[in-house]
Amino acid sequence: MNPFSFVRANSPKAAIDAVSKGDNSRFIAGGTNLLDLMKNGVMQPEKLVDINNLPLKDIQLSKDKLHIGALALNSTVAADNQVKAQFPLLSQALLAGASQQLRNMATVGGNMMQRTRCSYFYDTAMPCNKRQPGSGCGAIGGVNRMHAIFGASDKCIAVHPSDMCVALVALDATVLVTGPKGERKIPFADFHRLPGDTPEKDNNLGKGELITAVEIPNNPYTKNIYYLKVRDRASYAFALVSVAAALELDGNVIKSARLAMGGVAHKPWRLAAAEQSLIGKTATEENFRVAATVAMENAKAYEHNSFKLQLAPNSIVTALLKATSV
Amino acid sequence: MRQDKNVGKPLDRVDGRLKVTGGAKYFADNHMEDLQHACLVCSTIASGRIKSIDTKAALHAPGVLDVVSHLNTAPAPGYKQPDGKARRQLRIFADDRIYANGQPVAIVVANTMERAVYAASLVKIQYEQEVHHTDMRANDKAAYQTDRMKDYVRGTTDAWKTAPVQLEASYSTPIEVHNPMELAGIIAKWDGPDNLTIWSKTQGVKNSQVALREIFQIPDQNIVVHSPFVGGGFGMALRIWPHEIATIIAAKKVGKPVKLVISRDQMFTMVGHRPAADQKIGIGATQDGQLVGITHEAIASTSTYEDFTEAITSMSRFMYACPNVNTRYKIVPINVCTPIWMRGPGEATGAFALESAIDELSYKLGMDPLALRVKNYAATDPEKNLPFSSNYLREAYEMGAAKIGWNNRPANPRALKEGDWFVGYGVSTGVFGAHRGKASAGAIFKSDGSLVVQSATTDIGPGTATAMVQIAADATGISPNHIQFQLGESTFPDAPEQGGSATVSTVGSAVHDVCQELKTKLLELATTHIPDFKNSTPENSTFENGYLVTAGDAGKMEISLSDILQKSNTPVLQVTTTSKAGDERKKYSMYSFSVHFAKVHVHASTGIVRIKHVVSVADSGTIVNSKTAASQMIGGVVGGIGMALTEEAVLDHRYGRYANNNFGDYHVPVHADTPPTDILFINKKDPVINPMGSKGMGEIALIGFAAAVSNAVYNATGKRVRDLPITPDKLI
Ligand SMILES: Cc1cc2nc3c(=O)[nH]c(=O)nc-3n(C[C@H](O)[C@H](O)[C@H](O)COP(=O)(O)OP(=O)(O)OC[C@H]3O[C@@H](n4cnc5c(N)ncnc54)[C@H](O)[C@@H]3O)c2cc1C
Repeated sequence: MNPFSFVRANSPKAAIDAVSKGDNSRFIAGGTNLLDLMKNGVMQPEKLVDINNLPLKDIQLSKDKLHIGALALNSTVAADNQVKAQFPLLSQALLAGASQQLRNMATVGGNMMQRTRCSYFYDTAMPCNKRQPGSGCGAIGGVNRMHAIFGASDKCIAVHPSDMCVALVALDATVLVTGPKGERKIPFADFHRLPGDTPEKDNNLGKGELITAVEIPNNPYTKNIYYLKVRDRASYAFALVSVAAALELDGNVIKSARLAMGGVAHKPWRLAAAEQSLIGKTATEENFRVAATVAMENAKAYEHNSFKLQLAPNSIVTALLKATSV
Repeated sequence: MRQDKNVGKPLDRVDGRLKVTGGAKYFADNHMEDLQHACLVCSTIASGRIKSIDTKAALHAPGVLDVVSHLNTAPAPGYKQPDGKARRQLRIFADDRIYANGQPVAIVVANTMERAVYAASLVKIQYEQEVHHTDMRANDKAAYQTDRMKDYVRGTTDAWKTAPVQLEASYSTPIEVHNPMELAGIIAKWDGPDNLTIWSKTQGVKNSQVALREIFQIPDQNIVVHSPFVGGGFGMALRIWPHEIATIIAAKKVGKPVKLVISRDQMFTMVGHRPAADQKIGIGATQDGQLVGITHEAIASTSTYEDFTEAITSMSRFMYACPNVNTRYKIVPINVCTPIWMRGPGEATGAFALESAIDELSYKLGMDPLALRVKNYAATDPEKNLPFSSNYLREAYEMGAAKIGWNNRPANPRALKEGDWFVGYGVSTGVFGAHRGKASAGAIFKSDGSLVVQSATTDIGPGTATAMVQIAADATGISPNHIQFQLGESTFPDAPEQGGSATVSTVGSAVHDVCQELKTKLLELATTHIPDFKNSTPENSTFENGYLVTAGDAGKMEISLSDILQKSNTPVLQVTTTSKAGDERKKYSMYSFSVHFAKVHVHASTGIVRIKHVVSVADSGTIVNSKTAASQMIGGVVGGIGMALTEEAVLDHRYGRYANNNFGDYHVPVHADTPPTDILFINKKDPVINPMGSKGMGEIALIGFAAAVSNAVYNATGKRVRDLPITPDKLI
């Protein structure tokens, strides 16, 4: 690990100032991702700005939305009674991620900012355009069983590893940000990016910008929801494919639907067209299968991940069946 | 006042409290004055030469003492023999050759660990790259045979092809990495030019001593090896590895003690692994299920500089009463570190193929796979033509079948469903040689009534000291509370490494024998120094509850053992005995057996496998400690779940580098993967193997397990997965 300096910020402004000044400074929250990356030499910040003292831990339900501070712990959010009652999809997705120990450290902001688990990104002896722009993509032509089937580019086929973010994109969350140029709001679906020619940029957060909160508008998805995560072991593994499914039912007729996938793209992958195809239909396996087929349009596999072309639609159907059979 | 037997009881681990309170000192927990810290710099190419090493920045980094490599140190003297061939252990710092990616090429020594790690990142190495091969299958033309594993033929070669019912199938198992929780490493300390002390992660303190004697050309008595606690090994610490030699060389060069703990990714590239294997089985039977012939062929990976062989095809030779068997085994050199036995070693690899093939054959025959096994039960060893010293396999099949509810198994695959999940049952057999080596033990009995028994064995987790205390307690009649067993020191009486499921048999026998010797000595003292006992003989006397009890004319007389010492003016009584097997090993074939049953659920549309229930039955003779033995079996089952469902070290062959060299990506089973597990013991004494009648158990706990799972997956889904591990992608 490279030598680095460490400061603790006591206000958002102080934190933003501290990070904006240095060329290579970083916020640190739970540290569960950043420290690993530093130990591996993948990220080498000169300065860490500890933001854990900032008053950004609140979870508040108002009449039109849920507000979650960026420093709320993954475990706290998952166990929050309001979240469990009104936004159970988020709770399920959080509990599918990492391990209890990690969730006790990990923050909502850190979770959104966590970097891909692509092994080429992690191994500094291998090429990776995300880590070292221009060095090539190791995963293309390499070991790519875990990699993207949607929205990849010839520069990068990595996936975003978060579970929480799959639920947040499905629930139309908004990211609250404050930075050197003031505050702004970013729709969750626009927060993360596709790799294109600049895979080194995971998301659209500007330099020095601090995530302060995530807000989710109130919604009717309290009952017919399911977060399905398919992984190589029963717990503590990243998703091969995950599906966040939420339905609003009128009898057996689908009034509205939300669908998103994890483990398939460089960002949490919202399935808007598949959602559309469900509206007004009855909640049957056949209709779910149709939606899954719509969802898979434009999917593209690489050498080791073609199984995802089958696993992904199967998982969509399974998640929708689970969501309706409660 | 007969004393209850201790052997067989679920005695708590004698070192359990130390372990759970942090009181157990593992090698890395040792501190000493002026201790320096090391970090290895490892190759980033898989084959070639080092052109240059730029250490300038590293040497200028704070706290750095030295950067040691082949450029600035003489190779260890034991490496010096002129020998053009590369086929021997990796000679660290001897030359500029790179045989594998991740091979240690330099070691940085600094005054803190963090500084050493940082400085290591500043060392810049230039290589001259050569062509490498890490894909065993792609390189199989290079396969060769060694003297250690010759072709085997009994009866007619390939006789299975003449059988009415035939099956031919290929199976593959990937490289697996032992990955014990505790990382490998060493503290090396020189006292003068010829006296070396090490604290290291090793399964054999004497092994290490002998290896260091050879490599550094210093006498045994100048080398002290400490390894009193080992945080798991599974085989990876059965030999000295280059990182240990590198640290010892560095410690000498800087003139201070040096500590190295390697990192998790380095556990993949420098301390061995289970080799990859491709196997082919041809098997044939009569319509009613009598085996006609088995052909078992295997290739497995080794390194480019050493031949590593293991018993992958052995089980097929004797497991079943089959008149015609032939086996062939070859190894393929690839650019990785040399493999080393991993729990269950080659037998586990081989059992996956054989026991899958038996299952496949059972469906062709329309026969229950359990019945097929029983029908072909070998009552005597058909390979050695000898009776088994003990073999309760048929009882084991019966016990396990009853416990798992084998009756519920559907005869046809894909026939049973619970909700979204297909349900299936599988069975498999495991077998491993029941060994007994040569070992010594010392007994030190003090006049306060306490007994210390010592032997230079180690404990990688099974609870060796606890078992030895129980054996000593029964042999001496002294309460376990007054007995201490000490291990893990090279200064103790000689014992082999802990491996091959042989410690209870080998060291336990030495403990048993030294206790007999101690009793003889105590009786001698009593007869010569204590008038009341002058007529005591082994025939009229017993040792019970810390007393010598002699049946004399006037009834029973007794004297405490500590009184014997006090009255004979003997403050300490010390005896040492060496113990080994005799001719019985020529007259009997000795094996431990296991039977594994698994009930699995397979999710119909996502391919997720959940093992719902495991029953494992062990025929390993007398069970010394029913609690630690069950733990040992459960541990093997968990390893077996890893082999079956999750573990695979993935190489990117373009670079010859591992792509999942961390615990996040290399999946060992977690709690949620481990189902309710019933461990059953036959617990019948083997009449010949050793005084306790105990056969080994560490390996059979895992051997065969993966096949039980894949057989169950087939029973559930009708899909036969012949390439481990069985991940969801292989089932959708
Ligand atoms: C072994 C392992 C398994 C895991 N498995 C899963 C899994 O299955 N599913 C899953 O979803 N996740 C998984 N994780 C990832 C885990 O969720 C993340 O590590 C965690 O959420 C990161 O949060 P943190 O607070 O620790 O972030 P940190 O490590 O502190 O920070 C991560 C990044 O976020 C930035 N950052 C933090 N807070 C802010 C903020 N408020 N504003 C702007 N930038 C900020 C930091 O600068 C840094 O770049 C796993 C992690 C590990 C180590």
